[in-house]
Amino acid sequence: MAGATLVLAALPWVCGKYVVDLASRTMIMALFAMSLQLLVGQVGLVSFGQAAFFGVAAYAAALLSPGQAPAQLLLLLPAAVAASAGYALVAGALSLRTRGVYFIMVTLAFAQLAYTLAHDTTLAGGSDGIYINARPIISIGGRAMLDLDRPLSLYYLIWACLLLAYLALARLAASRFGHALAGIHLNEARMRAAGCETGRFKLVAFVLAAAVAGLSGVLSALKDGYVNPEVLSWHQSGRALLMVILGGAGSLRGALAGAAGLTLLEELFQSESLFGSLARHWQLPLGLAIIALVAALPRGLTGWKPREASASDPPAPGA
Amino acid sequence: MTFATFLIQCLNGLQYGLLLFLVASGLTLLFGIMGVINLAHGAFYMAGAYLAYALTPWVRETLGADFLVAVAIGVALSIAFGALLEWVFFSFLYERDHLQQVLMTSGLILVFEQVRSLLLGDQVHGVAAPQWLSGSVSLGGVMNYPVYRLFMTCISAAVVGALFWVIHRTRFGMAVRASSSDRPTAQAMGIPIRRLYRVVFAAGFALAVLAGMIAAPVSTVYPGMGDGVLILSLVVTVIGGIGSIGGTLLASLLVAMADTFGKVLVPQASGIAVYLLMTAVLVWKPEGLFRQV
Repeated sequence: MAGATLVLAALPWVCGKYVVDLASRTMIMALFAMSLQLLVGQVGLVSFGQAAFFGVAAYAAALLSPGQAPAQLLLLLPAAVAASAGYALVAGALSLRTRGVYFIMVTLAFAQLAYTLAHDTTLAGGSDGIYINARPIISIGGRAMLDLDRPLSLYYLIWACLLLAYLALARLAASRFGHALAGIHLNEARMRAAGCETGRFKLVAFVLAAAVAGLSGVLSALKDGYVNPEVLSWHQSGRALLMVILGGAGSLRGALAGAAGLTLLEELFQSESLFGSLARHWQLPLGLAIIALVAALPRGLTGWKPREASASDPPAPGA
Repeated sequence: MTFATFLIQCLNGLQYGLLLFLVASGLTLLFGIMGVINLAHGAFYMAGAYLAYALTPWVRETLGADFLVAVAIGVALSIAFGALLEWVFFSFLYERDHLQQVLMTSGLILVFEQVRSLLLGDQVHGVAAPQWLSGSVSLGGVMNYPVYRLFMTCISAAVVGALFWVIHRTRFGMAVRASSSDRPTAQAMGIPIRRLYRVVFAAGFALAVLAGMIAAPVSTVYPGMGDGVLILSLVVTVIGGIGSIGGTLLASLLVAMADTFGKVLVPQASGIAVYLLMTAVLVWKPEGLFRQV
């Protein structure tokens, strides 16, 4: 982990634009994947609507950016993330009333709601999307301390966000709250019997995951300078799920591995130097690869899954 | 809204609802009986539409027959292909958990879309409805309604009726209901579960293809058409309750009416009426209207 951090930090000095851009995209996706790992791996809530929170924050960042002048990053970032968290509060309160397959479908539907609003109405630029004309800055007393229109600054902002989020989420998993979530994953009824307010814990986890996804969404919008409804599509949610599963749902590291793996796989199949004109149909080998990988590696690349009590375990003393 | 307009929208809603039922019923049967979430169901619908586009000219030139024969051939082909697909791919999904099924069937969607792209291209196409079904007819002197849409409604209603009859009045339907409520006991009673699954899957596949084929003249044939239908079918399944055919029928009609009237009454917020309906139902009944699984 520490090695990867240093490598990523050193990247812009060593490699060209293409690799740096690829690394930026991968880091943003890694952040997105970690947010979903919190729900899928920690609590056991399979959400198929994580793109909603990615996209809502991205759109909020675009909508809140003034026309020509750069916005204040320290105001824009929290505001956009709060927008995602707010939507998650409403969506989560309703979605968490359902379980299992219903939960999967309901989270999908909430994401589709956001997608339809963005795509079919004029609220947010419709299918054309919105441009961010000037990336935000941090300025104190009229002097610009950090200008995100400079690619190096943006790269390190993404890097810093990923690092901080990873540390924060790892800390969370080891905390009492994290242990409560793990308990809910293993046996929610038992947790409730022990007096834990599982509904509230799940909602907090849901909103927290949405906030992290929102952070990745804002970074993505800032990097591209552009948002369009595709950031809210269920394909985006599917990609997040895929990254978590491919890497291994049981750990944060799995999410990072999955994000890196999927991004590289997509780059590989889109490469015209390898596939020539067939690269247009890159989604075909990708689809086949997805099927093969999920079938062959049900526990993902990092292969770890929290041990669940099974019938073959020796009985507890006194049972 | 005049009375004539209201009637037209009701008929549109009915037609759309029955069509949606054809697709959603496959989805709910697949989940209720085999426990598989199949996201590729929308891709099957798209395959049906493109099949209609590809078959109709060939049928007209080579066989001198019209669109309906193309539909019949298409359904026959899809039953065979559905059985094959079940044998080769879906039979491996039964033991896997829902997340893996979701991801593997999403991979299947990509495969379907790209194979279609390689074989038939990415263009938008129209399929001409047969002559004797085009134009409009006057209904009770109150208004004119397109003949083809009435035809769609009738065909869908006939299929719905046949489906209910098979499920509730035949031995096969009895086997289907038995294995959905208690698989091990059904197997112990001698029901050949694997063969049953293959038949049910092929039927669900063929229903989606049929829906795509008959919808083609009305909705045109374009690459992303599976997505919209899939999302609506999933909403229908959530509202109706997974595994319940009756619930799916009711939910299909509700969703179609909400969508149709939503688009007419509040065009700016058209697509979201369906999601508001789903939210309202879930607040009242978190497991759908008629949950059976």
